[in-house]
Amino acid sequence: MWIYEKRLEYPVCVTGKNIRLAKWVITQYGGPDGELAASLRYLNQRYSMPTEETRALLNDIGTEELAHLEIVGTIVHKLTKDASVEELKAAGLGGHYADHDRALFYTDATGNPWTAAYIQAKGDPIADLTEDMAAEQKARATYNWLINLSDDPLVTDVLRFLREREIVHFQRFGEALNHVQELFATKKFY
Amino acid sequence: MLKRMQELGFVAVELNLYLDTHPNDAKALEQYNLIHHEIRQLQMKMDEQCGPSKGFGHSMNVGNTWQWAEQPWPWEM
Repeated sequence: MWIYEKRLEYPVCVTGKNIRLAKWVITQYGGPDGELAASLRYLNQRYSMPTEETRALLNDIGTEELAHLEIVGTIVHKLTKDASVEELKAAGLGGHYADHDRALFYTDATGNPWTAAYIQAKGDPIADLTEDMAAEQKARATYNWLINLSDDPLVTDVLRFLREREIVHFQRFGEALNHVQELFATKKFY
Repeated sequence: MLKRMQELGFVAVELNLYLDTHPNDAKALEQYNLIHHEIRQLQMKMDEQCGPSKGFGHSMNVGNTWQWAEQPWPWEM
């Protein structure tokens, strides 16, 4: 069960309409290293986690990622909601307009739709937690590149917050991986 | 008030994830409960003054109309 709280985890203000920036930021909504992939990956992997600690961590980080998905969606919506068709066309979003108008959609920065092929669940906690750590680093790198591309300081501020969260999640997944490895090392199989 | 709730909520998220991998840290457990009380009090105040902050029965509706749908959504603010 989830309870919706009617607020963002971190406030989102934008300087103004910026279609080009939105076209890049959307990748953290529906791209390979985006927040949708992160949330669905963790919430799905939690069923086969072996310890109290790992089940709690995947549940809770998967939940926080949903809040990040909402933040990224809010950024894209605010940057594009007042765009004219001409402006969308000029920014290379003519194709997006043809398929979705100004609605959000789960795509990467070049328009490829989200796919479950972005994520995996191996059922092996070492393999899954290692994938999760890699996912956090890929998301952090993506936020880095987006910060380099951003020409709106208000959006950059939000991107910095989200980048920082990836670093914290990586740290927590690393601790969980260490504990699972210690647990496996003390178990004797004959 | 919303900003304060975002600050408190952030501390709670951080403590929650930290406690997931440090479940016996007495200081963090104590801080978590302190934040819980602050969040509860602020939420009651916010719900009274600004309308329901949570759905599915976790906030009260005041008045004769459905405030949950009338109040703006986070992406509209």
